[in-house]
Amino acid sequence: MSDYNFAYLDEQTKRMIRRAILKGLAIPGYQVPFASREMPMPYGWGTGGVQVSAAVLTPDDTFKVIDQGADDTTNAVSIRRFFQKTAGVAVTEATSQASVIQTRHRIPEEALRDDQIIVYQVPIPEPLRFLEPSEVETRKMHALEEYGLMHVKLYEDISQHGDIATAYAYPVKVEGRYVMDPSPIPKFDNPKLEMSGIQLFGAGREQRIYAIPPYTKVVSLDFDDYPFQPTKADHACDLCGAPDSYLDELIVDDVGGRMFMCSDTDYCATRRKQGHVGAQGMPYEEDAA
Amino acid sequence: MTPLLQVENIAKFYGARIGCTDVSFDLYPGEVMGIVGESGSGKSTLLNCLAGHMTPDRGAVRFDTRAEGLRDTITMSEPERRMLGRTDWAFVHQHARDGLRMNVSAGGNVGERLMAVNARHYGDIRAEAIDWLGRVEITEDRIDDRPTAFSGGMQQRLQIARNLVTRPRLVFMDEPTGGLDVSVQARLLDLLRGLVREMNLSAIIVTHDLAVVRLLADRLMVMKDGHVIETGLTDQVLDDPQHAYTQLLVSSVLQV
Amino acid sequence: MISIENISKSFVLHNQGSAEIPVMQGASIKVAPGECVALTGASGAGKSTLMRMIYGNYLTASGRIMIGDIDVATAAPREIIQLRRRTLGYVSQFLRVVPRVSTLDVVTEPLRATGTPRAAAVAQAKVLLTRLNIPQRLWQLSPTTFSGGEQQRVNIARGFAYSYPALLLDEPTASLDPTNRATVLAMITEAKARGAAIIGIFHDHAARDEICDHQFDVTQFTPGLAA
Repeated sequence: MSDYNFAYLDEQTKRMIRRAILKGLAIPGYQVPFASREMPMPYGWGTGGVQVSAAVLTPDDTFKVIDQGADDTTNAVSIRRFFQKTAGVAVTEATSQASVIQTRHRIPEEALRDDQIIVYQVPIPEPLRFLEPSEVETRKMHALEEYGLMHVKLYEDISQHGDIATAYAYPVKVEGRYVMDPSPIPKFDNPKLEMSGIQLFGAGREQRIYAIPPYTKVVSLDFDDYPFQPTKADHACDLCGAPDSYLDELIVDDVGGRMFMCSDTDYCATRRKQGHVGAQGMPYEEDAA
Repeated sequence: MTPLLQVENIAKFYGARIGCTDVSFDLYPGEVMGIVGESGSGKSTLLNCLAGHMTPDRGAVRFDTRAEGLRDTITMSEPERRMLGRTDWAFVHQHARDGLRMNVSAGGNVGERLMAVNARHYGDIRAEAIDWLGRVEITEDRIDDRPTAFSGGMQQRLQIARNLVTRPRLVFMDEPTGGLDVSVQARLLDLLRGLVREMNLSAIIVTHDLAVVRLLADRLMVMKDGHVIETGLTDQVLDDPQHAYTQLLVSSVLQV
Repeated sequence: MISIENISKSFVLHNQGSAEIPVMQGASIKVAPGECVALTGASGAGKSTLMRMIYGNYLTASGRIMIGDIDVATAAPREIIQLRRRTLGYVSQFLRVVPRVSTLDVVTEPLRATGTPRAAAVAQAKVLLTRLNIPQRLWQLSPTTFSGGEQQRVNIARGFAYSYPALLLDEPTASLDPTNRATVLAMITEAKARGAAIIGIFHDHAARDEICDHQFDVTQFTPGLAA
């Protein structure tokens, strides 16, 4: 254990954050202000997500951290170690075994269950921000459900690119009321926002928490003649052969060679263990070395 | 005939200083009223009180709403008032950048009010935007340009298109030709005149330019120190002014 | 149609020592439909002032100016606007138009304002412009650059486009050549024939004698000038 209080934050702070979380769950999609604390990491590294995780973790939890789908990047490893040290919780890379998952920019491919919580790191929680700089005005727009401006953004996309070019942080309407930024997940993940697990969003610098309760209706905004389409690279994973997962593209040499592989590393590894092999992949056993 | 706008005894004070006081008038459908006066006469304060941008200290501003007839817009709820602001009302600012989204294309600027009232078909919105840009003499090939790439006169015309696209019934204009070159002014005035006639718009135009009201306004209200000192038919007030200040105002205009 | 009863007016020049200049006192005139009355009197006697009072351009201090059933002296601005649109026409001495508006549009405007469909209004305007010898190549141009005589004829075409029941004419034949003068006089006679009540100022004595039924010397109502 450590000399820190359980999960780093003091109990009063965690209570304050839990109150914000409960309010967020009660008003799906509504941005609840909270008194964000200084954390021992810079803004932009997931301070909002870490505070939310700290407030929901219990000693019995199993914690998983993913960064752009991967469990083994610096950011994911640091945050996982942080809670290992300050909360002493068990950690895992397997989606199915985790009870709390903190994520940056992805939703796992494997569907979450109703006993799981996913915590998103959010850089800018306000979906209207890029068109309306005034916070006073955007709050009023949320309060009065004036969301025409959100469509102006999509209109601009189509007029400039011929199609809705917004590929991540694609705005959604939650339970027919609040328009929400789902954090910078690829729009491929948007349909997964309707799920069995509890979804919590934390923005540390912007001091906002919001939430989507299980089984909540989440609709991606679109036009009648330009309907929402979740997109991914038109390819199958070169390692595990999965045709339906979100892919990263990797340049492998300087003569145009490239490969596509699952961005969700746990999903890919699990499939390969099951014997699936992609076009450029090798059977799992040989790869282990 | 029901007035479109019924203004009763509006007053607004800034501490002990008078913004405007004792203003009452009726505006009927299709009427254009000019408000003239020098800087600080209270004409902009009055316009802001009428358009719901400012809450007057007393008085009533009743608007003939489509659903429920005359309603006091000062006591109605904010959502209702804002809804009026983007449907039946329009506001043309002196500086186009106050009324436009400068980082959004011309088409997006015109389409915003449509999308605000739940237009959700891109093709329809774009067709409507092209039609309106045409009406204000902006060619279709500029639809995807941002207003920052437009001249002052074009920006002002774009602002007008953006405002009129939802076919409002009442337009508030604050010095619509201020800061424009004279030749650009003439074109804008001509355009406004045509649109007002064609759409049977009612309008309230605040300006200090008597030529503007001569051309656009049916009626005139002259303000000084927060008070209305003279009202009447535009040509009558300009050609046969009764009040000392109005006479001074009219006689001070340089003849070309 | 036009009934003026005991009207008076004075100008108060606040910025010139509040000088009060009485310009009209106790004037009364009646004009029946189909009748033409000429206002006479020396320059400065108040002919134009009286015309402007009738048109609502100048305020009337007391008395009544009935055009049909509207009293111009007390009518609200919107009533006067309606009156000018449908009842009372005015051909001024000078054409006052918006820059950029074509001659054809200038002439059709009174018709369009009363709901005449565009095609019919344009057809009517073309007839009038042809009759008044405005060359067709000028129709699409703004009259602001026209000669004085051409502007005056455009002005007349505009004033006669809509068949007003009451008409005010301020020097309609000034600066016209004999041919066009004859045309304008014919048009005034036709307006009388269809029942228009007309008040006019004519410095052209021959024209006045030819078309006016009565003459009315305004000098008698001008304070300081009346004998």
